Amino acid sequence: MKRRILPGFNLSLGYSLTYLGLIVLLPLAALAWKASGLGIGGLIELLRVPRTLAALKLSFGGATLAAAINVVVGLLVAWVLVRYRFPGRRLFDAAVDLPFALPTAVAGIALTALYAPNGWIGQWLAALGIKVAYTPSGVLVAMVFVGFPFVVRTLQPVLETLEHDVEEAAETLGARRWQIFLKVILPMLVPTLLTGFALALARAVGEYGSVIFIAGNIPMKSEIAPLLIVQSLEQFDYAGAAALGVAMLAFSFVLLLVITLLQRWSHRWAEVAP
Amino acid sequence: MTLELTRLNRRFSDYPALNDVSLSIAPGEFLALLGPSGSGKTTLLRILAGLDYPESGQVNFNGKDYLAAAPRERNVGLVFQHYALFRHLTVAENVAFGLRVRSRRARPKRQEIEARVEQLLKRVQLDGFGKRFPSQLSGGQRQRVALARALAVEPDLLLLDEPFGALDAQVRVTLRRWLRRLHEELGLTTVFVTHDQEEALELADRIAVMNRGRIEQVGTPREIYQQPATPFVCEFIGKANRLTLRREGARFLAGGWIFADEPWAGEHTRAMAYVRPEHLTLSTTPVPGAWRARLRHVYLAGSVAHLDLDVAALDHPLEADIASEDLARMGLQAGAQLYVSPSHAVIFPLDHDGKPVAEDRWLWRAGVVSPPVRLPIKRSEVELGAHRVDGGIQR
Repeated sequence: MKRRILPGFNLSLGYSLTYLGLIVLLPLAALAWKASGLGIGGLIELLRVPRTLAALKLSFGGATLAAAINVVVGLLVAWVLVRYRFPGRRLFDAAVDLPFALPTAVAGIALTALYAPNGWIGQWLAALGIKVAYTPSGVLVAMVFVGFPFVVRTLQPVLETLEHDVEEAAETLGARRWQIFLKVILPMLVPTLLTGFALALARAVGEYGSVIFIAGNIPMKSEIAPLLIVQSLEQFDYAGAAALGVAMLAFSFVLLLVITLLQRWSHRWAEVAP
Repeated sequence: MTLELTRLNRRFSDYPALNDVSLSIAPGEFLALLGPSGSGKTTLLRILAGLDYPESGQVNFNGKDYLAAAPRERNVGLVFQHYALFRHLTVAENVAFGLRVRSRRARPKRQEIEARVEQLLKRVQLDGFGKRFPSQLSGGQRQRVALARALAVEPDLLLLDEPFGALDAQVRVTLRRWLRRLHEELGLTTVFVTHDQEEALELADRIAVMNRGRIEQVGTPREIYQQPATPFVCEFIGKANRLTLRREGARFLAGGWIFADEPWAGEHTRAMAYVRPEHLTLSTTPVPGAWRARLRHVYLAGSVAHLDLDVAALDHPLEADIASEDLARMGLQAGAQLYVSPSHAVIFPLDHDGKPVAEDRWLWRAGVVSPPVRLPIKRSEVELGAHRVDGGIQR
């Protein structure tokens, strides 16, 4: 074995794996074990219930859309924070983290108050005939809110280290500004954008507190999957709750795996020759 | 295709990066901008590329106002110190970039682009590397990709910003020779920024030595080395011993050595002389007027030996270079007694405050009694040429 700079490789690897097992894998295994009481047939039966299906669709569809919105807006915000110097920049920068810090229930209530038909924003939207609170759009708003910091925070360090002379090189080679952005800057950011997307997506899929306040939780319409799990628990249907949890877990895993593969492919240029 | 820079000024907050800089670059010329960091050389290059703009002054290329043109309208090729390659694109895509971003009308056909990329990669000796990513190349290879990328747009002017600065010494020397050959093949007007005097002396047709935002001297490498125009050029290019001279009648003295027949007719009372290490003559037997010295240390550097000499008559030690062969022949060792005398010197008169008098110097040679050679410094090279002395200083 090659000599390593830091000693104790075996010890640290063992420790990491044990930790991962205890904190992450053990609860997941317990979940799978609990769900197995239902059997495969029961699981499929559960997933064929229209109400469950609608909730899963809203959870994953909404989370994907929210993550996509966050990628676009997050890129813009990160760009402004890194590239421009303006009064209040630090304050603005600190405010990005607020969705992390705020208890999700507080965020949910605040968003509901804003977007309710008589709220500050809601009344204007209502005048235009747009309803946000207590509809799937409300779910989306909450999901965008909680996922927002991820894209900004993953992007910032990468934007800061982008070499300026690469853009200058493109400029002297005759590229226009939009060409520099589309052909030089954006491709270098794609791997990071995907990371941010995955984090925002995962957060939005699992979000409960802020969503249930603004969603209105109308079955088949604005009900998210985590809410169904909680409802099952309240009815002491532990196996059903666990089965729904396993289904969400499997979907999330596949989604994240696809994103990781995409990210590797988009980052292929960084691999150094052996 | 003359490139004419007229009275350029550029300030960064408080300090002047360029201070009234004028320069004329001939078609097909290889010009080096040489100076220490902060001398303004990179600022000048960036102004030529259109990445920076002066507060005042003009840049004309072939009669066209360069400052009014955007970078992409100037048709320049720029090579950066840290390559600035597009790391998400392959080598071939990097080279093709300048052609692919053109508007549909000006863009060559696909096959044409591919052919040109192939040809350029061959030219920079990287054929077969087209499908690799920059991260899979060595520093020298990356810089050649950057050069091919700059040449792909068929620029009228090639700008190189310390292109070998990030490479190790051996690669640097190889690439330097190769670049010189490439320049001879292409005949492209090239401006090259460097802080490495060896690089500038070896590569350039002409060198502009810069210091604190000003051009100190423009000339061929030979002129710069042998007839330095200012004390700064003496000290920055090559090595030089500095001597303080004091007037005694019609002659200047330094530690008893006489610099006779001064050209200023008694005008200045003090002067400063620069003597290159290879222009010190050593002898083991007494020489009339020569300084008595003790050999303190010998640094053998291959074919040349650098000697540290303590001279009692002067206020600081001297450095002399002799061929290693001569060192062996003379049997010199540390502690030996020697007699040292200068054979050539560049002498600058000093004013009352001890500052060098601008645009005046005296190229002194031992044994040349009359007429004394005094070279007034003029900005234009033609003037310099007219005053050039045949058989001046020989190395």
